[in-house]
Amino acid sequence: MTDDAAPARSGLSRRGLLGLAGAGVVGAGLGFGVDRVLTPEATAASGASASYPFYGDHQAGILTAAQDRLHFAAFDVSDITAKELEELLADWTYAAGRMTAGLGAGEFGPASGPYDAPPDDTGEALDLPPSGLTITFGFGPALFDDRFGLASKRPEALIDLPHFPGDALLPALVGGDLCIQACSDDPQIAVHAIRNLSRIAFGRASLRWSQLGFGRTSSTTRAQATPRNLFGFKDGTANLRAEDSATAKDVWVQRGDGAAWMAGGSYLVSRKIRMTIETWDRSSLREQERVVGRTKGEGAPLSGGTEFTAPDFAITGRGDAPLIDEASHVRLAHPDTNKGATILRRGYNFVDGNDDLGRLNAGLFFICFQRDPREQFVPIQSRLARNDAMNEYLRHVGSGIFAAPPGACKGGSIGDGLFG
Amino acid sequence: MNRSTATPARTRAAVTVATSAAALLLLSGCVAHAQPSSADATSLEVDSSASDCAVSAAKAPSGNISFAITNSGDQVTEFYLLADDGLRIVGEVENIGPGISRDLVVQAAPGDYFTVCKPGMVGDGLGKAAFTVTDSGADLAADGDDKKLVAAAATNYVAYVKNQVEGLVTGTDAFLAAYRAGDDEKARALYAPTRAAYERIEPVAESFGDLDPKIDFREADVEEGTEWTGWHRIEKDLWQPTAADNGGEAYVPLSAAERTRFADLLQADTASLNDAVHEDDYTVSIDAISNGAIGLLDEVASGKITGEEEIWSHTDLWDFQANLEGARVAYEGVRDIVEAKDPKLVKQIDGEFTSLETLLAGYGSLDAGFVYYGDLTTEQVKELADGVNALSEPLSKLTSVLVN
Repeated sequence: MTDDAAPARSGLSRRGLLGLAGAGVVGAGLGFGVDRVLTPEATAASGASASYPFYGDHQAGILTAAQDRLHFAAFDVSDITAKELEELLADWTYAAGRMTAGLGAGEFGPASGPYDAPPDDTGEALDLPPSGLTITFGFGPALFDDRFGLASKRPEALIDLPHFPGDALLPALVGGDLCIQACSDDPQIAVHAIRNLSRIAFGRASLRWSQLGFGRTSSTTRAQATPRNLFGFKDGTANLRAEDSATAKDVWVQRGDGAAWMAGGSYLVSRKIRMTIETWDRSSLREQERVVGRTKGEGAPLSGGTEFTAPDFAITGRGDAPLIDEASHVRLAHPDTNKGATILRRGYNFVDGNDDLGRLNAGLFFICFQRDPREQFVPIQSRLARNDAMNEYLRHVGSGIFAAPPGACKGGSIGDGLFG
Repeated sequence: MNRSTATPARTRAAVTVATSAAALLLLSGCVAHAQPSSADATSLEVDSSASDCAVSAAKAPSGNISFAITNSGDQVTEFYLLADDGLRIVGEVENIGPGISRDLVVQAAPGDYFTVCKPGMVGDGLGKAAFTVTDSGADLAADGDDKKLVAAAATNYVAYVKNQVEGLVTGTDAFLAAYRAGDDEKARALYAPTRAAYERIEPVAESFGDLDPKIDFREADVEEGTEWTGWHRIEKDLWQPTAADNGGEAYVPLSAAERTRFADLLQADTASLNDAVHEDDYTVSIDAISNGAIGLLDEVASGKITGEEEIWSHTDLWDFQANLEGARVAYEGVRDIVEAKDPKLVKQIDGEFTSLETLLAGYGSLDAGFVYYGDLTTEQVKELADGVNALSEPLSKLTSVLVN
């Protein structure tokens, strides 16, 4: 079944089957189900039955209208060969194509197949609609070391992120060779995707860190209302939107941008940002609005107007002080302050229980996509880390940067361009 | 998801106010159910336009009155509630951008007032109108003339700040002398007690922009390409980490010349701080004092209680004690003003201060030394954190009562 020459993949590799079905039963039932292999197509439906095609020029889960739930996972690749890595990506592609179409991870599904074998899907998504599931893959800088002969393929834009002032990164929450972002409107669907993909990877890659997000904190389309972060403020009002013609050039790597295999891909930066919400909640509304630079209710810039009014950083109030504070988040993150640099934000609120001090372990799992982090995330975050009044209530504890390759062609695999 | 207009938030705020007002009524011997409605904030709308200052009603019952000001003009506006002389400001909201709404919540006694808007923030304002507060029978806090108390609070606090910084200069000299001379044992002994003077007035130091980063930044706070200086740079050299605790790299002790350089820098930056607080025009506003008390407790909550402030020396409880002392002084400075307005809040803060001070005293004192942070159990840290939360929550209400 491990037929690497096959132009169209029709099932999991032997390794993938080992992961799903357990040793000793491989082969049982192989050859069945080929006619059930699907090629997911776009559906026009929305809501729970929404489904996004996995295959295409770009990966889904980037410009896709931000779903409400997230399960994000970073993996360390085990001591395997480049060929085995390629096979893992092919297996992930196969399973991701099925799951995003609302099918089981393997060809039999959770409740059928050989009776003496464990089911090839874990089952918690059975009877549930696709719920807008997208699965987005990325490659971390570490993948391009000498293990897989990929050093020459490392894009220059896939930098190691610098230390930003105030970073309090925990090594266990940083980095990773590979990442998977699973987004859905149903948390069970997102978890199901990561669970089955990590199961398929057993022996080839293992979880390094993972993160659940329960509420989106930005909109990626104009049709979506702006959600709120755990500070209680609307977040992502000025985000890039899929409908805007200028968005593509800020998000997608263009031909000629460097590594050719990344054309049509995007760079993902993730930051786990702990919010000290206890001290935030004790701060006055005056302080909260000063820090953010917007009103808490409407989300209008303090310079006036409504939510989508452009902030006027020059307008001053009493004592000639600017209405939008010099150290406010909206000012420092704004394109006008950053030579026009923008990013596509796709973050999620999280609460991971509580810490030893009885404080909610809460915050924002920040995700952004961009064409070149050297021109976009890094300068913006450098400015924020230096001066943002919000820093008093934030702590960056996790960090990752990944090259999200272009979408897979039907019959191909994620990252095909990497192994040519 | 578009259910987020300002209205529900305003309702919630009003409910909170109503609750505390009801509690006050209880204290004064009223039956709880007798007059809950009179304790509710009366809500009025104000439209500040280019040509008018339209208030939805010209009178309201005494008690908490909430004005929701919407700026429908195209200039930044302000709204004032003036006393019967048309001059004294009873309540004000400034810096309302065009299209923005903001609330003014005031506790108003029966009497005659004026409302006025000031679009463009210049001149005598626009649409000045008489406003009457009728007697609802609500029990109001005393409305004494706070001016003398406020002036005294500012004078006293400035004196305290100067005194602490002067002590810091002397203490730092002694500490640095030992450090320069290579008497590490003495320098380690002086480190935490000397820093206490700084930690007591930290929000003041932070108000001078670039001084706090030079004096008190932790290693992680420093940007790549910027030199790390100050207390914590020397701390690391006095409590040298193992390679494992130093990101896997062996720590290289500072040479005598480097020691002298970092010592000189800290001495100079401390002198700059001393100069700044001794400027003739140096003063602090009353809300800066109370916010300083709150800020010091936030310092405890975010840095000391987590052991992140003193990662090499583990002397976080010394800082904790100093922050707490500084907060107590700032609070005491405004306490009498607040007590007249909200005795229950003052009683609660008094009690929580004492509880936390007692709890912390169980771990030592600045004179005798404290338990090192690393020697505290998780349960002990949790208990201290709970105490910080218990004090910080009522303390966070201090400024709004003070400036109302």
